[in-house]
Amino acid sequence: MKQEFKASIKRALNDANLTGALGKFSEAYKVNRTKAYEGIDFEELRGRIAEAKSAAACHLDEVAETFRKNAEALGAKVFLTSDPEEVKQYILKVARDNGVKNVVKSKSMATEEIHLNKALVEQGISVAETDLGEWIIQLAGQTPSHMVMPAIHMTKEEVADIFSKEVNERLDTDIPRLVKVARNELRPKFLEADMGISGGNIAVAETGSIVLVTNEGNARLVTTLPRIHVALIGVEKLVEKFETVVPILDALPRSATAQLLTSYVSIITGPTQNDDGSTKELHIILMDNQRTQMAKDPKFKQALQCIRCGSCLNVCPIFRLVGGHVFGKVYTGGIGTILTAWFDELKKSEEIQGLCIQCGNCTQVCPGKLDIPEMIMEIRRRLVLEKGQPLVQKAIFSVVNNRKLFHGMLRAASVAGKPFTSGKFIRHLPLFLSELTDGRSLPAIAEKPFRDLYAGIQQPKGKEKAVFYAGCLIDFAYPETGVALVKLLNKAGIEVVFPEEQTCCGAPALYSGAYEVAAQNAADNITALLEQDAQYVVSACPTCTVALAHDFAKTLEAVGRTEWLDKAKQLAEKTVDLATLVKHLVDEGRLSFQEGAELGKITYHDSCHLKRTLKVSEQPRELLQQAGYQVEEMFECDMCCGMGGSYSMKLPEISAPILKRKLKNIKETGAPLVAMDCPGCVLQISGGFDQDGAAVRVKHTAELLAERLKD
Amino acid sequence: MYEQFKARAVGVGAEVHRVGTCSDAVEFVLSFLKQEGVTDTAGSYAVWAKGPFLEAAGQESLAGIPGLGFEVTRERAAQAKVGISDMSFAVADTGSLVQDQAAPDQRLASALTGIHIALVPSANIVADKAALFARINPKNSRYIAFITGPSRTADIERVLTIGVHGPERLIILFVDELGGEKK
Repeated sequence: MKQEFKASIKRALNDANLTGALGKFSEAYKVNRTKAYEGIDFEELRGRIAEAKSAAACHLDEVAETFRKNAEALGAKVFLTSDPEEVKQYILKVARDNGVKNVVKSKSMATEEIHLNKALVEQGISVAETDLGEWIIQLAGQTPSHMVMPAIHMTKEEVADIFSKEVNERLDTDIPRLVKVARNELRPKFLEADMGISGGNIAVAETGSIVLVTNEGNARLVTTLPRIHVALIGVEKLVEKFETVVPILDALPRSATAQLLTSYVSIITGPTQNDDGSTKELHIILMDNQRTQMAKDPKFKQALQCIRCGSCLNVCPIFRLVGGHVFGKVYTGGIGTILTAWFDELKKSEEIQGLCIQCGNCTQVCPGKLDIPEMIMEIRRRLVLEKGQPLVQKAIFSVVNNRKLFHGMLRAASVAGKPFTSGKFIRHLPLFLSELTDGRSLPAIAEKPFRDLYAGIQQPKGKEKAVFYAGCLIDFAYPETGVALVKLLNKAGIEVVFPEEQTCCGAPALYSGAYEVAAQNAADNITALLEQDAQYVVSACPTCTVALAHDFAKTLEAVGRTEWLDKAKQLAEKTVDLATLVKHLVDEGRLSFQEGAELGKITYHDSCHLKRTLKVSEQPRELLQQAGYQVEEMFECDMCCGMGGSYSMKLPEISAPILKRKLKNIKETGAPLVAMDCPGCVLQISGGFDQDGAAVRVKHTAELLAERLKD
Repeated sequence: MYEQFKARAVGVGAEVHRVGTCSDAVEFVLSFLKQEGVTDTAGSYAVWAKGPFLEAAGQESLAGIPGLGFEVTRERAAQAKVGISDMSFAVADTGSLVQDQAAPDQRLASALTGIHIALVPSANIVADKAALFARINPKNSRYIAFITGPSRTADIERVLTIGVHGPERLIILFVDELGGEKK
């Protein structure tokens, strides 16, 4: 299985058409989406959507019941079921009772979810998908690779081949001509169909309305021409009030395809007349299929706020490389990973959950305010609980939970690694240890860790103290960053203390789902860092900062060690990232840089955790400018560099092309120097340039700033 | 708001015009039908769905135009080059038209034809969806249709292509006399 998964990734990565089309699309999407949202307060908008959808999810049963009552009063037939099998049986019965031979469908992911077409075809009913993308993949015998753009993975050449077979005529690759062929082929199917099947983007309990959002116009025909209309709708589409349609319509097209509104929106409230004067038979099926269970789960309830716009896919650096099919059969990308774990089974998400690099791009754009990376972490945790930790990881983490042994091994690695450190492409600590067991290249560990250098630094003794949390990478691979930090803070009159007992922040364990290990790391660090009476706890690694400021409490709570929560909160309140602290000190006039320097161009890479979790992006740029650099922005400055901790080791085939793109964007600025605030990114990007050969220096901001301090 | 509407609608590929009176509108439509070569042969029909405009302007005056019919059956609409229907509202910030299309002939005339001419009362331009929602009610309108530009797809290689299942052209004609100030 593992092999198969790796093979599917390799296939996708080698599909130049797929990576080209998706790459181009996601680059354009970012620009177009920004334009579509001009003049709109996105935070306010998504706040309204999240609130309304969350309220409905809190009492789904009642909301569904209200919908049923109101829609039935108008003459619709409403069927509510939790079981996908019952959905199929219901639709088949309606078809049988009415002698249905031909069905036309408007795009519906819910029908994909339950493999409805197969069930209909097995009963001798012909089914035509009418959304162009859906029709293409239906003819090709494939599944959708994107929930909004199902055939985005295919070329016009492939489509021309498929259509040529269908019409028995050699077609060329002219896209408008191919679209015309689809129009001509599908037109008679619309006119002949006895049953139209659609999904539903919104279901309004208050009025019993369903809302369909499309561009092609097929949903209008599916709901108009056949005498029977069946709408299959997941219960997460329910909202209580009609007024909630407004914010969802404001966000859905903008987020999905960067349109202000799709060409067509239909609000259907009860059955209408057919063109022969008879009344349409309208069946609305509200399908649960695990959604109520999700709603009851505190970690996954937010998933019901999803409006299925697919924007999480559009901004995902992994999706843009490998496309949807690597993620599974029905729902793809980040949200797809979560839905697969629930609608299918947890085990089915075992491999695909590993695709998430936790960069958080999706959390910034999600109009339902879902924290997809957080839910994927929870899937990891549950998989580990269910299956246990893989043996190698278990061995590593048992080391990580023993600080002395762990640090001893890091020191040993420095010595043992020496004869072999030709390539500098080292890995995020502490998971590099698994490479030891694999017998692969050893990481370049500094000869003297920061903890040894620290003792030799002469510091002013002041009233103000800051505890320095170094993290493994700075401590053992980049001690010079730590030295720069001490220099910066000393200059402002702050004494830096370094508790020896500090250990790994637990992020590697946490991101692998090993919460017990991460919780022990958290407890050890809380004890070590709070022992000193200091004003700040400062870190120059955003991943560590996030661990201290956000993760410790959550992790300890997740494993039931609630007695630590007060202290975790105390620590979180004191924790600050270096750039924010230095900016603060400069603003207060306690730190200043040499004047009149013109240091030339520099470009800045935003680290995922710093920009998106800690919301710090302006401070380092301003500081670099104040120090005399001219900041030249690179394209996609905040796109992940492909590091992702152990990700670069588990999925190097994905990490490498992400890095390559990052290097290209850096080089294109023409700046000879790139700054960043995460030692993990320094490791990844400097390793990349080492291989690439370009003369671009890679530096942690702390070092660049420390060099420019006024004497 | 008209200017904003026009800019938005043109931005998504619609053609926007404005006339003063119903008879100006009729003249516009008839000259358009002529220009498009609407005739009495299948594939070249025009269908005009009954609605407020025909009531105001009088359907009788339009009798005898070759190819133009007022009975909008599915067969007739599927063979029509041009469909003419009324729209109740225009939404300025997205360039959208909105109509209660519970009557299927309204939908057929605007969904199956190659070119859709939409007649809109000039006074009924609203600023945005919020303003619109204050004026529509699903309890009274069983099929509320929003139309924003012609039918479009980008499903093949993300190349925007106009006219898949719906009209390839959307021609919007504001008529002042149906409600609203003179031009």
